[in-house]
Amino acid sequence: MEVLELARWQFGITTVYHFILVPLTIGLSTLVAILQTAWVRTGKDKYLRLTKFYGKLLLINFALGVATGIVQEFQFGMNWAEYSRFVGDVFGAPLAMEALAAFFLESTFLGLWIFGWDKLPKKVHLATVWAFAIGSILSAYFIIAANSWMQHPVGAEFNEETGRAEMTDIWAVLTNNTTLVAFPHVIATAFLVAGTFVAGIAVWWMVKKSREDRDHADLGMYRTAARFGAVVMLVSGIGVVVTGDVQAKLMFEQQPIKMAAAEGLVATPVGPAPFSLFTIGNLAGDDPDSVHHILEIPYFLSYMATGDWEGEVKGLDELQEIYAERYGAVDENGEAIEYRPNLAVTYWSFRLMIGLAFFSAALCVAIFWFTRKGRAIDQEWMSKLALIALPMPFLAASFGWIFTEMGRQPFVVAPNPTGSDQVMLMTTFGVSDATSVGEVATSLVAFTVIYAVLGIFWYRLIQRYASEGAAHVTYEEPSDDSDRPMSFAY
Amino acid sequence: MDLAIFWFILIAVLWTGYLVLEGFDFGVAMLMEKVGKGDRGRRTALNTIGPVWDGNEVWLLTAGGATFAAFPEWYATLFSGFYLPLLLILLALIVRAVAIEYRGKINDDAWRRRWDWVIMGSAWVPSILWGVAFANIVRGVPIDETFTYTGGFFNLLNPYALLGGATTLALFLSHGAIFLSLKTDGEVRERAEAVARRMAPIALGIAAVFAIWTQLAYGVAWTWIAVVVAAAGLAVALVAGRIGRYGYAFTGNAVAIAFAVVLIFGSLYPDVMPSSTDPAFSLTVQNASSTDYTLTVMTWVAVILTPVVLLYQGWTYWVFRRRLSAENIPEHNSLTFLKK
Ligand code: HDD
Ligand code: HEM
Ligand code: HEM
Repeated sequence: MEVLELARWQFGITTVYHFILVPLTIGLSTLVAILQTAWVRTGKDKYLRLTKFYGKLLLINFALGVATGIVQEFQFGMNWAEYSRFVGDVFGAPLAMEALAAFFLESTFLGLWIFGWDKLPKKVHLATVWAFAIGSILSAYFIIAANSWMQHPVGAEFNEETGRAEMTDIWAVLTNNTTLVAFPHVIATAFLVAGTFVAGIAVWWMVKKSREDRDHADLGMYRTAARFGAVVMLVSGIGVVVTGDVQAKLMFEQQPIKMAAAEGLVATPVGPAPFSLFTIGNLAGDDPDSVHHILEIPYFLSYMATGDWEGEVKGLDELQEIYAERYGAVDENGEAIEYRPNLAVTYWSFRLMIGLAFFSAALCVAIFWFTRKGRAIDQEWMSKLALIALPMPFLAASFGWIFTEMGRQPFVVAPNPTGSDQVMLMTTFGVSDATSVGEVATSLVAFTVIYAVLGIFWYRLIQRYASEGAAHVTYEEPSDDSDRPMSFAY
Repeated sequence: MDLAIFWFILIAVLWTGYLVLEGFDFGVAMLMEKVGKGDRGRRTALNTIGPVWDGNEVWLLTAGGATFAAFPEWYATLFSGFYLPLLLILLALIVRAVAIEYRGKINDDAWRRRWDWVIMGSAWVPSILWGVAFANIVRGVPIDETFTYTGGFFNLLNPYALLGGATTLALFLSHGAIFLSLKTDGEVRERAEAVARRMAPIALGIAAVFAIWTQLAYGVAWTWIAVVVAAAGLAVALVAGRIGRYGYAFTGNAVAIAFAVVLIFGSLYPDVMPSSTDPAFSLTVQNASSTDYTLTVMTWVAVILTPVVLLYQGWTYWVFRRRLSAENIPEHNSLTFLKK
């Protein structure tokens, strides 16, 4: 193994792990803020109980989100030093803005929210949870802007003298059209994750309670939560599909080879391109004749990529030649450069991203149907569906990232076809020179082991608290009495 | 003023914010056992930093992000070069965040006890290693003409750097004890004050040796001022502690930490990371920095946002200003794991 491979594994593992926690934090913080707002406005006990119930799950998740985020801030320098030198002038800016504008907001106001229940006036306390939620959404914006710049570098020029990319226009970087669609896509994803989470747990509880007692007092509360989650799923699900569609068209313009890879489209098709649902054969790309699309939707790929049912989509072989001509055919050792990303990974991750969301769709429809006209859900199978659907959008989001990032290979900064050909970087040249195989291997093992252990605690705590249900809570008016016990303490 | 110099100063300010704030967080965590004596006491100590520790840690993330944006070469050389120490710091910060948040989540003595050890242990590692790292930066490390660190791990373990580690450790212990003296009441406060009185002279002694070594070996004429002010800060902390004025003691300590940073950065300038291989390979404020355009953009961002951050962080400290004593700590009301 070389440093490059280990560093890639490490980045993939730590980032995907971080991003399993992130969408839940982003989505759930807003949903909890909405629940708390409902409580402040209506004074209804059920909203307070739900706020505290989901709030506790949010905190358990947030802790691990923070812990795994700290690594992200430094690992560009540790493993990808040459990348950092090349892009720092452009890429560092959104990262620093994220810390200043978002992380401070998130962490400070979360502290105020957790410990402030009995200290701050109701409305001020409500404002703290909103500030926290806004902070988490802002942080997504800046980090997506940074990531989008690697997919589609804009607002920058290459400086021959220093050999670095230099920023020429911050506004262009922050309003990159790639950012403007990736950000809503990711935020919609976050709400899909959180909506499924809220609804899934509520459905499970509703089934359990209604089996115990058809008129249980808590049924109304869980019904509210389930329907709330279902509305969030519906809206965000539509958002995910619409933004994903726009994203696909942009990707076709900006990284056509990624689109072709997503389709396993080896040769340029004659006429309109179909979208395949299932494919067998050797997707590694060295034996194009073995690739067979078994199930296809005619015309659909043409539409998805170009917006025109008859549009032409180029195949990988043709694109490989075009790329080789434009960006060089051989590397410094005289070996041919492979511009086709790993086909099996891109093809399947793209499908899994889209496909796994159907569980949320099914849950969403079922909730609306079975809770119509004040009904409670008591079907045993619904509680199974809820539990199966719950993790699916997490997985879908991870596959989305795996697709986006692996599909960008062999580039770490992909060339912008309408921009400068020099603002681009092959992943090979991004890795640190100072770092040894031993060091990267050590950190890879250390992170993986620690993450695995912490992941077990995270899972058990979430499961334990979720399976306890929304407890009855009393609200204490805030006061300055210094003898009173804290309302929350570690 | 040259923007690169402005950012060099701003990064010093961010590190000061980090070391002053997370310095007492680490100190409190290290002393939890000693001043706590029992679960309630440990919780009293831990909850003094409960609402603020995460916000304090963001100063580190901001220092990291700002270094990336303003001095990419410095960011790249430093973090790829000091790989293993940084890894240890990161691992400590990871488990620490989780331990603080999860310790109270299960109502079980063994569970809490285990996380307490993690909270305490994970505070020692960065308290020592930050000092080691900064001392090595001032001292200079092997860097070649491509700005790549070539020294390996053991190069970082030299007597001067280890003294740097001892200095941050002593400063943070003293800082944490003083903070606890300010923020707690009852028995915890008595024990914290005892530790604070004992730590102050030790911190002054170790820091003085380190500061004078730094000044003689790497300092310039004006950094003597930093040495003197830092020493005066620690002396104030010592005296104020004796007479029970912990507000002054805290301020004295904070000033000392700030001027230790001034001493380090003042000695570095105009380098940001001197090369011990050949001074021509040193990273300097000029050759490691971003372009003027980027620095201008970042200056606007920093000038607008930093005061806002200071304002709401300050407000947090005000909201949670009351002293905590064992009586304020609620009964455990968390869940237990179900026996299968
Ligand atoms: C779409 C959103 C998103 C993405 C793509 C990333 N993050 Fe993240 N990050 C968040 C959204 C987020 C968040 C929602 O804001 C978190 C999650 C849990 C939390 O505490 O905040 C967070 C936490 C978090 C923290 C800890 C903040 C704290 O202590 O409060 C750091 C340092 C980073 N992230 C850095 C990164 C970097 C360098 C990334 C790129 C590789 C990255 N994150 C990907
Ligand atoms: C600002 C945000 C991000 C940046 C700057 C970034 C950058 C990078 C870099 C430098 C690599 C290593 C080089 C490579 O192998 O491609 C990489 C790989 C990877 N990243 Fe991202 N990434 C970001 C966000 C994410 C997120 C949020 C995820 C998913 C949760 C993700 C998933 C991956 C995966 C799976 C790989 C491995 C790909 C491979 O090894 O080929 N990335 N990314
Ligand atoms: C019809 C449905 C969808 C379409 C057409 C779609 C389209 C896309 C495309 C084209 C990309 C890659 C962008 C690039 O590489 O430049 C992407 C990325 C991604 N997708 Fe989707 N997607 C859909 C559904 C989903 C679902 C259901 C989820 C998760 C629940 C999801 C989560 C993600 C994530 C996290 C990324 C990576 C971040 C990004 O680049 O935006 N997507 N999607």
